[in-house]
Amino acid sequence: MKKNKSVTTKSFGLMPLFCYLICGALFGVGLSISGMTDQNKVLGFLDLFGQWDPTLMFVMGGGVGITMICYRFVLKRPMPFWGNLFILPRTTAIDKNLVLGSILFGIGWGLYGYCPGPAIASLAHLHGETLLFVVAMVLGMFLRSKQEA
Amino acid sequence: MHDYVVALVGGAVIGLSASLMMLFYGRIAGISGLIWNFVQDSRSNFSSSGLFLSGMVLGTFGITYITGIEPSPIDRNTFIIVLAGLLVGYGTKLGSGCTSGHGICGISRFSTRSIAATCIFMVTGIVTVYFMRHVL
Repeated sequence: MKKNKSVTTKSFGLMPLFCYLICGALFGVGLSISGMTDQNKVLGFLDLFGQWDPTLMFVMGGGVGITMICYRFVLKRPMPFWGNLFILPRTTAIDKNLVLGSILFGIGWGLYGYCPGPAIASLAHLHGETLLFVVAMVLGMFLRSKQEA
Repeated sequence: MHDYVVALVGGAVIGLSASLMMLFYGRIAGISGLIWNFVQDSRSNFSSSGLFLSGMVLGTFGITYITGIEPSPIDRNTFIIVLAGLLVGYGTKLGSGCTSGHGICGISRFSTRSIAATCIFMVTGIVTVYFMRHVL
């Protein structure tokens, strides 16, 4: 996968930077109104063999639906507004790393009900547990990157 | 409004954000990747990924402020929280993505890698919750 370096914002003034903030805010708004920041709801969704709560399927449906439609138009453009190219992963093989990584990620998600997005968004609620989770998550990323090096 | 409708709208807003990230910057809105970029950038210079992540916190704060509804963290001991965090961090780095990068952006590009990843982490998440709630 190509690494996303922050090459896009150098020469376009402040607007691109401001829009990063707006995009992030939209993402946070979407996560919190849809219930993704509510661990009980997430675990209820993963509790397929108990009191299954299908709500989060609709989050996925809304997210994929809109993105699928918009990507079709966006990716037909020669380039993004503020950048030279669309940075898309080139890897196509379903390899050992993808499988093992996804297995481990799913276990962690099921243990505490946070995937990376909702964990970051929930920092807004100022709970020590959330911060602890985020610190451990970053540490986990570091551990993997040390192996890659 | 019904919960399902709210969830659908929330999902659509997430999709809008992901679409704008591609339109504006040509970037995938994958949160685990953005976190890693931020951690790396923050050691040397200013980080656009950090701006996005800050926006996420602000957006969530705003919604909580307006609705007055704040989900409280579930009760787990420190060991489980740290273990879960390590697994999520290590796993998303190793597997090149999470619920947003693979689940939303990848599936929307019809990437078989992302579809496979999403199926796998959904299954292991479901199995984990099954063990935690119905076995242990």
